[in-house]
Amino acid sequence: MLMRHLYNDVGGNILLALVLASALIVPTCNLLFPDDSIFHVSTYTVTVLGKYLCFALLALALDLVWGYCGILSLGHGAFFALGGYAMGMYLMRQIGSRGVYGNVDLPDFMVFLNWSELPWYWMGFDHFWLAMSMVLLVPGTLAYVFGWLAFRSRVTGVYLSIITQALTYALMLAFFRNEMGFGGNNGLTDFKDILGFDLLSDNTRAALFVLSASALGGAYIGCRAIVNSRLGKVVIALRDAESRVRSIGYRVESYKLWIFTFSAVLAGIAGALYVPQVGIINPGEFQPLNSIEYVIWVAVGGRGTLYGAVLGAVLVNYAKTSFTAILPEVWLFALGGLFVLVTLFLPRGVVGLIRRKGGGT
Amino acid sequence: MRPWRDRTGVFETLDYDHVTIDTSHGPMLYMEDITVSFDGFKALNNLTLTIDDGELRCIIGPNGAGKTTMMDVITGKTRPDSGTVFLGQTLDLLKMSETQISRVGIGRKFQKPTVFENLEVRENLALAMKGPRSVWRALVIKLTGDQRDTIDDVLNTIGLTAQSLNLAGGLSHGQKQWLEIGMLLVQQPRLLLVDEPVAGMTHAETERTAELLTQLAGERSVVVIEHDMEFVRSIARTVTVLHEGSVLAEGSMSEVQQNPRVVEVYLGD
Repeated sequence: MLMRHLYNDVGGNILLALVLASALIVPTCNLLFPDDSIFHVSTYTVTVLGKYLCFALLALALDLVWGYCGILSLGHGAFFALGGYAMGMYLMRQIGSRGVYGNVDLPDFMVFLNWSELPWYWMGFDHFWLAMSMVLLVPGTLAYVFGWLAFRSRVTGVYLSIITQALTYALMLAFFRNEMGFGGNNGLTDFKDILGFDLLSDNTRAALFVLSASALGGAYIGCRAIVNSRLGKVVIALRDAESRVRSIGYRVESYKLWIFTFSAVLAGIAGALYVPQVGIINPGEFQPLNSIEYVIWVAVGGRGTLYGAVLGAVLVNYAKTSFTAILPEVWLFALGGLFVLVTLFLPRGVVGLIRRKGGGT
Repeated sequence: MRPWRDRTGVFETLDYDHVTIDTSHGPMLYMEDITVSFDGFKALNNLTLTIDDGELRCIIGPNGAGKTTMMDVITGKTRPDSGTVFLGQTLDLLKMSETQISRVGIGRKFQKPTVFENLEVRENLALAMKGPRSVWRALVIKLTGDQRDTIDDVLNTIGLTAQSLNLAGGLSHGQKQWLEIGMLLVQQPRLLLVDEPVAGMTHAETERTAELLTQLAGERSVVVIEHDMEFVRSIARTVTVLHEGSVLAEGSMSEVQQNPRVVEVYLGD
């Protein structure tokens, strides 16, 4: 039934085909071909591509709120990081006695801080399913409470963007503190395994890659279904003419709130998939700058199309990987320049450019 | 907004969709002693006005007379400093939110046509369609066959059948005005508030609008704000003249035109 939504969605079909193909080809080439074969994909590449998939999922989440609902969130990094921390906490608990201090009950950084027992909010994180439900619940609850307060007070536009930015900044400052119990500025790292599988093995990496691809594909279909439903139409309508939507009897605030919450949950999932692949989560993920970068991905790809956001995330991150390898100091200027250029010349992003060239809709 | 107390969508019987408007004693809308001031300026000054069930009423008045503010008060967009507004005998509009007021059956057409430009003409009508408004229902809801028929009928009435799958943003100004009237029609309101419906319309379009509004009155009450005197004369049975936030005169078009105070206001001193 969900497939019905993809009937007229050419960009979406291409995207899903690519995601599916990469989910099949990349792990196969990594695992089956020997190191010296030309078809071999290195584990490093698998990890980098897996990271891109997580970023693409984050961009998709952001496009849903920004492109369709008109909420320019400059704080989506917070939801991403919280999902990542929830996963990181599970992975920390999996280390067990293999840490530097060999303490079974406490993660290394707590031993280092001379803590004698596990804080209450770490309880249960050694259970996978509890940790995974926190991946969804923590970003979702924060978004719900934050959105409830903001939308109820009819905070919109640039003011909303500023407070989302403040939200992620405040969380960054909080997570930097050692007393918070999340590892301070070092964050959580030195993970060993997930569900008993060694995080450094090629098989686990390939499985995480396939999981990320499936999450992206699933989220895309989910978002497309939302956008095509009556709910999606209401959301587009309220982006363009909020008071008119209110005047025909829709509670605009609830619509914004649910879209914002759903988007935050997706961002949390992206963060949770990201952390085991890169092997670390630290308060740097909360940096306001990161959240702004995510917005640039969506803008570059083309907002309000869903697949554009995915394209943008992959393009910009590919550029970032290449740039930071060659000319690291130039990257931020290039990113800023890119944003200016896209805003001036490509208001509909790369997708808009392709559509114009193709003469299509 | 009081979402935690709003039971809309929880118990069907408590939905404002099912509230009946008690007009057994005549009036559909009853406004008494409404005062609204903005920074000391009284936009409405002890305004008292009654609209009967099924009536077509035209409101005229010079700029700044309070016409649009009056509509804002009725739809809950502006809260008055004092006074009472009742829909029928029982519904106190001042205690209801904008969305609730819309759902009990007050539809409004704004001065500047606002249609949803990035949606198809049909989708514009589907959104305005009377029906559930909750987020969860919106995720799964489909138009029923009856609703499709209603939309087809309305498209026909407003002459946009051929454009039904076009984006509303591509319509001409007159067509947008019509689409907006169409959006009001599918809401099936009991009281229609129409702000300058013929602004920017061609002569033929104006005539068709007049015809449509006259048709609508009877099964519902229609309140029209308009500057075009020709248009007002062609549709109005009763005209209310507003001036400086209160009613200056009320009666048939010819009575009002002969009223010396109205002449003074309109022709200046």
